[in-house]
Amino acid sequence: MQRLRAIMKKELLHIIRDVRSLTIIFLLPLIMLVLYGYAIRLDLKNIPLAVWDADNSQESRELIRAFTHSGYFTLTLHAITPVDPLEVFQERRAKSVLAIPVDYGARLHDGRAIPVQFLSDASESNTATIAGQYAEQIILSRLMSRFGTDAPLPDVRALVLFNPELESKVFVVPGLVAILFMMICALMTSITIAREKETGTLEQILVSPVRTAEIIIGKLFPYMFLASLIGVVVILIAIFWFGAPFVGSPLLLAVFSIVYLLCSLAIGILISTRVRTVQVAMMAALVITMLPSIMLSGFVFPIASMPLPIRILTHIVPARYFLVIIRGIMLKDASLYLLRFQILPLCILTFILLVVSIRRFRTTLE
Amino acid sequence: MFVLGAHRANDETGDAMSILIDDIHKTYGAQGALAGVTLSIREGERFGLIGPDGAGKSSLMRILCGLIRADRGSFTLCGLDGNRDLRAIKSSIGYMPQRFSLYPDLTVAENLRFFADLFTVPRRERDERLERLYRFSRLKPFAARRAAALSGGMKQKLALSCALIHTPRVLILDEPTTGVDPVSRREFWDILSELSRDGTTILVSTPYMDEAARCDRIAFIHHGRLLAVDTPAGIPGRFPLTILEFRGRRFPVRHDDMLRVRGVASVRLLGDRLRVACESREAVERAVRDMLERSGAEILSVRTDTPSIEDTFVHLMHEEPGHV
Amino acid sequence: MSESAFAVETKDLTQRFGRFTAVDRVTMTVAKGEIYGFLGANGAGKTTTIRILCGLLRPTSGSAFVNGHDVIRYPERVKAGIGYMSQKFSLYEDLRVRDNLVFFGGIYGLGRERIEQRIAEITSATGLTELLTRKVRGLPTGWKQRLALACAVLHDPGIIFLDEPTGGVDPVSRRTFWDFIYSLADAGKTIFVTTHYMDEAEYCHRIAIMYQGRILMCDSPSAIRESTGDALLEDAFIRLITRESDTETGGD
Repeated sequence: MQRLRAIMKKELLHIIRDVRSLTIIFLLPLIMLVLYGYAIRLDLKNIPLAVWDADNSQESRELIRAFTHSGYFTLTLHAITPVDPLEVFQERRAKSVLAIPVDYGARLHDGRAIPVQFLSDASESNTATIAGQYAEQIILSRLMSRFGTDAPLPDVRALVLFNPELESKVFVVPGLVAILFMMICALMTSITIAREKETGTLEQILVSPVRTAEIIIGKLFPYMFLASLIGVVVILIAIFWFGAPFVGSPLLLAVFSIVYLLCSLAIGILISTRVRTVQVAMMAALVITMLPSIMLSGFVFPIASMPLPIRILTHIVPARYFLVIIRGIMLKDASLYLLRFQILPLCILTFILLVVSIRRFRTTLE
Repeated sequence: MFVLGAHRANDETGDAMSILIDDIHKTYGAQGALAGVTLSIREGERFGLIGPDGAGKSSLMRILCGLIRADRGSFTLCGLDGNRDLRAIKSSIGYMPQRFSLYPDLTVAENLRFFADLFTVPRRERDERLERLYRFSRLKPFAARRAAALSGGMKQKLALSCALIHTPRVLILDEPTTGVDPVSRREFWDILSELSRDGTTILVSTPYMDEAARCDRIAFIHHGRLLAVDTPAGIPGRFPLTILEFRGRRFPVRHDDMLRVRGVASVRLLGDRLRVACESREAVERAVRDMLERSGAEILSVRTDTPSIEDTFVHLMHEEPGHV
Repeated sequence: MSESAFAVETKDLTQRFGRFTAVDRVTMTVAKGEIYGFLGANGAGKTTTIRILCGLLRPTSGSAFVNGHDVIRYPERVKAGIGYMSQKFSLYEDLRVRDNLVFFGGIYGLGRERIEQRIAEITSATGLTELLTRKVRGLPTGWKQRLALACAVLHDPGIIFLDEPTGGVDPVSRRTFWDFIYSLADAGKTIFVTTHYMDEAEYCHRIAIMYQGRILMCDSPSAIRESTGDALLEDAFIRLITRESDTETGGD
């Protein structure tokens, strides 16, 4: 107990003394929050839209009006003759094309299935995805207004339902927490261990009768505490400043945050066993934890639209699971049962990583 | 006296063995290997390890500290088995690695307290020991200063203090004075002498011959093998030649001609001195003197000198088969 | 003044940093071809003096001439004629021995042919020829030191400044290193060494013992030992500076 306390106390002192790093750790999430909250808006307005209205009926014009009135789209081309989407995209006349078939009005009357085509320029994949979601939503609401709840069935995604305005900050905040936890735990632990290797203090500690577990747990607690603190601050700012919802159970979130933090920590230890210097640890942690957590977790790009090999790869990115869990709890009050396919793999991943990292830590240093 | 360890007081058998190393082998990486080291070190002895880079000094010390495991062989330390009682051994060792290492962002006192806790020094005793360590290291006025802001000599004393906080019976120091100025080095060695007088066994490695001279016994280690183990006074006895020392000016830099003189083994220019290792003074003095004078050197005096530890060391290293 | 008989000549050289006097009225002369050592503890003013002589620092007062050039008025001329090697010798570890030499030749503005010629000369003198294609990483410390010195003398400087060149190497490597230095001195180069190791100081023709920015004594190692009656240079050194600090406290 005395040894464990000594290591924790020392680690806390390191954190407090290193004012610069501490400032960065606190400022970075706030900057990201502000950037995503204000500057980088994933939700779009005035997407340029080209329409090929083959029907040119009252119904088709109403549909077009629904698109333009939504505010999401601006009509840049309105033709009744065929429009070549490739040409439109290449000439940058529009980012999306809506094609309305000849018998749109007639089919609507009969209540038959209507093959309305919506194409987006996927060279900007984000815009494309979001434009597609907007389009689905507009068409759905048109149908609903006409047929009520019996409307024929466009496949509308769940996330649209829970964020009808598709507001990005609501997404961004949980994602940010997931990335922050990974950053602080994995990056900071790998750096602290690498620093002790670099200065040689690790050698000094290892010649004492201290146990491996004491070193790891002693390092773990201060950083978990720090990460949780920042997580709480970010969520509070998100709720009270940006008006993000928090409808689920904070306790449930706390429990899974701890699992996820342990997972990040294990990755941090694993990195530290392979590197000798702080610089390499930093680079490795960035590449191994930060990038996948941002790019492959579904935070920025939807996993469903990734090519298969990458989609498979996302299964070993812990942030992928935690992102769904935290979004589920914060935005949807999701239950344990609903989240079982995220919780289970996250727990398994954490367990494996912890065992491997502790074992490796022991063997590489003794 | 500082009475930091005071082990001797409890021990009547003055010649008890503190470290017994039996045929230790270790290979790893491209350089650094131990090829069968057998050695015994007495309690309270200051034992010096001398050898070039990669000779195996650090490896041997790291094995004794339990940082790495030997491939073959065994050792006991204070009667504890190195293969079984590693944790107990760790409690009785104080170790200063080659780059002695402290937490630069912690203060002197915080560093000391951290290591005290790591070795589970009881709180009651802690402050008293801290005081004692402050007294010998004279670090008390700097207790609140961060380790990063200490001078080289003070850092070294702090590192030693951290290694001594649990009053270890054995102190293992890996080139402890590298980068430390002569005044601090001397002070440091005075402290080591006090410790050994109180019964602490000290195993120290050093590249400096003047430090080697302050040990009770020294061992030359080269290519993972011990070449010679003896007292500093006994070591030069292993040098089979005579040293002839010329003092003067304008000595030539190249000595090929002198090396061709029968009986001359090596020639070394050292400032205003030319040291010739030879079989006997009579055989070579005349010839060498002639050569020097012909090359325009001015000889002020000639004398035979006792071989130094360094002379012996260099000689033994060249004698050893496989030397490059 | 460019045809001075001395490689280094200073008069009352003083450097103050605020209220702290790092170099205190240092007057010295170093002859061409001499190996001159600065021996002192950390903070004795060795490095500051070297930096002034290299034209990196403008002294507070006094004068200094290096290779006959005034370091205050023509630091650029001084820099062109000196070589410098520090304890933390700056080699590119991931490059080959040869690449390092070519690079350092390049920064001193040597032409391709000249570089080749110098590399051939120096590597045969240092025994580095066989290692030209080896990567620096993985070479023993002793060889790295010789390479660092080779890089520092590639442009054929008249004076070479060595800052604790062989700290922490074994005696055999140290001897080989100093053989190289002696051959440079023999070729007329002036060697200026700072050190706090006696093993290293013993190799110098003359050493100046520095203490608190002043030169306490300057003579050959054997003469210094004789003057204090000590068998070891370190004992002599400690005696001299202890005596000095005693007279200081006594005078207070």
